[in-house]
Amino acid sequence: MEVGPGHFLLTKLDDVARWAQSSSVWPLTMGLACCAIEMMTVTAPEYDIARLGSEVFRSSPRQADLMIVSGRVAQKMAPVVKRLHDQMADPKWVISMGACASSGGVFDNYAIIQGVDTIIPVDVYVPGCPPTPDGLLYAVNLIQQQIREGGRGGVLARG
Amino acid sequence: MSTTARPTTPPEPMAPEVVSREGNSMVLSMGPQHPSTHGVLQIMLEIEGETVVKAEPEIGYLHTGIEKSAENLFWTQAQTVIERMDYLAPESNALCYALAAERLLGIEGKIPDRAQTIRVLFSELTRIASHCVWLGTHGIDIGAISVFFYCFDLRENLLDLQEAAGGARMHPNYIRIGGVNGDLPQGFLDRFDALLEKFPGRMRDLRGLLQANPIFQDRTIDVGTLTPEEAVRWNVTGPALRASGIAYDVRRAFPYCGFENYEFEVPTRTEGDAYARFLVRLDEMEESYKILKQVRKRLDTPGAIAIDDPKISAPPKETIALSMEALIHHFKIVSEGFRIPPGDAYASVESPRGELGYYIVSDGGNRPYRIRTRPPSLYNLQVLKHIAPGNLIADLVVMIGSLDPVFGEVDR
Repeated sequence: MEVGPGHFLLTKLDDVARWAQSSSVWPLTMGLACCAIEMMTVTAPEYDIARLGSEVFRSSPRQADLMIVSGRVAQKMAPVVKRLHDQMADPKWVISMGACASSGGVFDNYAIIQGVDTIIPVDVYVPGCPPTPDGLLYAVNLIQQQIREGGRGGVLARG
Repeated sequence: MSTTARPTTPPEPMAPEVVSREGNSMVLSMGPQHPSTHGVLQIMLEIEGETVVKAEPEIGYLHTGIEKSAENLFWTQAQTVIERMDYLAPESNALCYALAAERLLGIEGKIPDRAQTIRVLFSELTRIASHCVWLGTHGIDIGAISVFFYCFDLRENLLDLQEAAGGARMHPNYIRIGGVNGDLPQGFLDRFDALLEKFPGRMRDLRGLLQANPIFQDRTIDVGTLTPEEAVRWNVTGPALRASGIAYDVRRAFPYCGFENYEFEVPTRTEGDAYARFLVRLDEMEESYKILKQVRKRLDTPGAIAIDDPKISAPPKETIALSMEALIHHFKIVSEGFRIPPGDAYASVESPRGELGYYIVSDGGNRPYRIRTRPPSLYNLQVLKHIAPGNLIADLVVMIGSLDPVFGEVDR
């Protein structure tokens, strides 16, 4: 982006589109377990995800850009998560929030999917059990960075 | 990452035929992803127009196998997964499990006073924190969004205290079998004082936002009414039972951790509707505040924070660098755990949702043989099927909110 002589800016349409897109990443209202409470906390005053333009949690997957898999995914819930991801319109991003969603966490047993990336593609993993709200905010930051740079996938959010 | 856990044949969603249909009714599946079901609850509704004819809750979307996982962990390690059951009140779970284990060990009466006081402190802090989440989300369900911000602001102060003492915001794993893990850190009491000072004003704000609000009253009064007989018949406990006029509180009926030495009321209402449950929970937060003030006075007296029994509690951290015996002792406790004599025991506490119970069985080993939970949310939730028919779908949302289920606990 550069400032031209007089009162106009020169830029590429692609850059403007990406800037707009990255500033309004709307997450899907999908709370699974403990992490869902921390996901709610980022919308509360102390963390205030509205600063990133992501405070609009949408209940319909058709209107959402970002799926935050907030918690352990049980065998029974897995098909539902997959279907919700399928229902989201492209382009879409996924944050795997917490140890359970990323790898099964402490629940290495018959009931829990050992990592949500076995059923849907994940862009950013957030470690923690549950991660702090700061960790989730940083993950959203990384998603924004990915959108601006046009890259995808597999980033570990380390504080 | 292992792919063996991938479900080869995904479980079929509940078929619409499960709910019978008559006349002009239609079947609607509410959930498991729905903003107002407070987690992963699916309700198969048979509706006529907007009126619910039949509601069939379908649970199990968060089944975690916690009870089974706990069998493969040491007695102390099991607390890690147990805290993740009712994730809004982890301290209540940890406390209840510790009480059951202590009963089996026969050390019930030997827990030091200061440890008991700290346990009371955290069980009440977690109660207020849990009610904050309940009130915030209940408000959002009904359309009052600002109350959410006030609630979570208060909750943040409570979590700060948990983080200071236990090292984690939500699952501090601070209450242990035999006492608590380490004394309260420096500066804790100052932050606690600041919280106690802030609380009454914040409580006034919360009441001011909703209690006399005509829209809120219209939405909640006479919705989801539960008579005392029905409440008892369906095994409902906690605020939902007390809102129906029965003053049953485990803290009063079967005191633990010295609750008999604290002065507090058991708030009750007689209406039994969603508004009564709202009022009972708000009153409970104020009663918890009263208990916290009494706790604050007792915290000035120093004392031991865990039972003085080398078989159960690890030596103080500062002795490890100085004494070889302490180092070996610490290593043994961490790598082998401790053994609990064969037998079974049950203990219950008053969690924010009702009577939470743990029934544990030991075969004499260093791991639990079986752990069975009595989750209050499950028993409270089953009443939904009974109170929903005849009401509007919008009222169903209010009912779920007022019963305050936590699905980590319902499905386990």
